Amino acid sequence: MSGSDFWVQLGFLLIAGYLATDIWRLAGVLVASKVDETGEIFNWVRAVATALVAALIARILFFPLGELANVLPLVRYGAVAVGIAVYFLTARAIAWGVLSGELALLGGHFYLG
Amino acid sequence: MSTSGEEATALAARRKSAFSLGMKACYSPAAIVLTLSFFGFGAFAREGGLSLVFTMLISVFVWALPGQVVLVSEVAAGATIFAAALAVTLTAVRLMPLVVTLMPVLRGPRTPKWQQYLLSHFLAITVWVEAMRNLPAMPRDMRIPFYVGFCLVLFTLNIFATGAGFLLAGILSAKLAAGLLFLTPIYFVLSLMSVSVDLTNRLALGFGFVLGPVFFTAFPGYELLFSGVVGGTAAYFIARLHRGRV
Repeated sequence: MSGSDFWVQLGFLLIAGYLATDIWRLAGVLVASKVDETGEIFNWVRAVATALVAALIARILFFPLGELANVLPLVRYGAVAVGIAVYFLTARAIAWGVLSGELALLGGHFYLG
Repeated sequence: MSTSGEEATALAARRKSAFSLGMKACYSPAAIVLTLSFFGFGAFAREGGLSLVFTMLISVFVWALPGQVVLVSEVAAGATIFAAALAVTLTAVRLMPLVVTLMPVLRGPRTPKWQQYLLSHFLAITVWVEAMRNLPAMPRDMRIPFYVGFCLVLFTLNIFATGAGFLLAGILSAKLAAGLLFLTPIYFVLSLMSVSVDLTNRLALGFGFVLGPVFFTAFPGYELLFSGVVGGTAAYFIARLHRGRV
């Protein structure tokens, strides 16, 4: 990486990463005493954010990058299903859901791949 | 020693114990999953072609996994700084209500705004859940020390976890590396489900999940924005109509 690349990348990170994120943290602080968290605009904005993150998850699962692309699609989808099922069976314990989904993925990948 | 001096000493002792209580609160399943997910993020960023230093700096400056993953995806896809900032900022909107609900619980009567902002940088979904679980039962003067102790350990641990994930992604066998990359989506899907408890957000989750791949095929590069706006708006209005009828 050349010297100018470093500053270009740092600028990209500070604007598209740091500023883009912390502007909402700062906004949260500034309006903490005034804003009604159950207000309609917040309900809408939060729904947009939820859908966006869900779209991101789906994209990673259906069109994965790197080594995850070498896992059979059926194994990827099956492992997510296992993780979700265990999450609900364990009274919504994220840790158990992640662990079992992960084991299902590795098991399926080693056995079928 | 004067009475006020003794009081100051007692106060300092209380704060110190609150600080170590916060540090110890990092022994929780949520913190372990988060650490593994940052580990997974490190591996993911390497697949996206980023350097070790920048991968760790992303964790330092953004400190919110969905935004970090979006940022790496945008960089890997060669997006413009404008498109990347827009996509990242949309994932970060969800932090605002978390800050708005945390601050009244966390801050003292005279905590300046700039200190509140510094505290808010360490807020992420996992931190919010743990803080809201522990803080309300605590005397107010112990809350910030507890929060700082908790965040300091979690933050430091996860910056190193990011670097470790990046480095180990190249050392691990290909099959284990796939498992590492899988941590991010499986953790996100479950944590997103755990915070999407009302009809609006459940619908938004479902719509986003379906629309993401569709828009990725139709409008690559804009799929997250489009899915967010279309899926989220549809979810909001459908839930609102439903509320109106019931």
